[in-house]
Amino acid sequence: MAKVSAGVATSHVPAIGAAIDLGKTQEPYWQPLFQGYEYVKAWIKEQKPDVIFLVYNDHATAFDMDFIPTFAIGCADEFKPADEGWGPRPVPTVKGHPELAAHIAQELIQSNFDLTFIHKMDVDHGLTVPLSLVFGQVEEWPCLIIPFAVNVVLYPPPSGQRCYDLGKALRKAIESFPEDLNVQVWGTGGMSHQLQGPRAGLINKEFDNNFLDRLIDDAEELAKVPHINYVREAGSEGVELVMWLIMRGALDDEIEVKQRFYHVPASNTAVGHLVLENKG
Amino acid sequence: MSSRTPKPYDDIPGTIIFDADMAHRGYHLNQFALSLMKAPNRERFKANERAYLDEWAMSEEQKQAVLARDYNRMMQLGGNVYFLAKIFSTDGLSFQHAAATMTGMTQQEYAQMMLDGGRKPEGNLYKKESS
Repeated sequence: MAKVSAGVATSHVPAIGAAIDLGKTQEPYWQPLFQGYEYVKAWIKEQKPDVIFLVYNDHATAFDMDFIPTFAIGCADEFKPADEGWGPRPVPTVKGHPELAAHIAQELIQSNFDLTFIHKMDVDHGLTVPLSLVFGQVEEWPCLIIPFAVNVVLYPPPSGQRCYDLGKALRKAIESFPEDLNVQVWGTGGMSHQLQGPRAGLINKEFDNNFLDRLIDDAEELAKVPHINYVREAGSEGVELVMWLIMRGALDDEIEVKQRFYHVPASNTAVGHLVLENKG
Repeated sequence: MSSRTPKPYDDIPGTIIFDADMAHRGYHLNQFALSLMKAPNRERFKANERAYLDEWAMSEEQKQAVLARDYNRMMQLGGNVYFLAKIFSTDGLSFQHAAATMTGMTQQEYAQMMLDGGRKPEGNLYKKESS
């Protein structure tokens, strides 16, 4: 049977992707950030996941204003890196796992989580920057990836509780798939940042570190935090953090923290990163 | 401007939450911005901004805000920053540069603020406590 072995959380700032693509990772501005990802780059080579269920958000790339799904699962064979206005990132095409995606969709919808199906979609920095941070610059991504897009652009996004509960149902869905697969669930976005208006540049280290603490060992209660707290305290774009709760819900209640990293700034944003393993 | 019900986030200073009311108000503005993801559209826009804008069912206020690159105004009129990003990308400007213009700081001042740990939450969480 398929098994969820671990979770990874990371911010997905587009400037990080540009720094990788342009070979700037060792510049003084970026070096401390990439230092924080050395652990996961070695760890992933030992873990060798077969599939990553990658929770992220589209940034006005695949979805225009005509349709904005709250939860959407990528069921295609492959997903191309999107041209976000300055040409596609020079990264490999993402290969999906349509059978597992179909199984997850079936199970989640029957568990009352109404997903939107995607059969053709280009994926933007929200999905490809986390892959680059963990796998580096590669010819092919070394595993299959199921993109899972969450609306956090048009307010309101799904609640933290809904995301956490979806994570729990997701784990059941994955672990009822008959093939032996090592599956990881990643949550991306955040941490505190605001990209708009006179308050742009807001960073809240206290909020972020409290979120990291509670995501690790108080997730049940953290899931109850309402949106207004995120947008007020972590910035209008900080509400992306609800996506991390899907990842956390898919893991054991008690987990092993293999890596925890926090850095300010990457362009406009506070960067957070966790590597969490199930103990079982 | 269409009416909207009061929202719990109305008292966050210097922030416009892009909700369904704003999405309705800004639909054509945002779709115009998104059209700039295609290179031929970018070229036509650059060649004659006004003519290109006139192809869209936007309000005159929205068009003027785009021509003036007044991002705060565009957001008041329903623009969303991820959609508007296609405009400043067309101009060859970074997210950090655009964010700086919204705060009234130079990009250098803004970048230094970020290096110093960003804008502090103190005094910036409620309108009543901000200057």
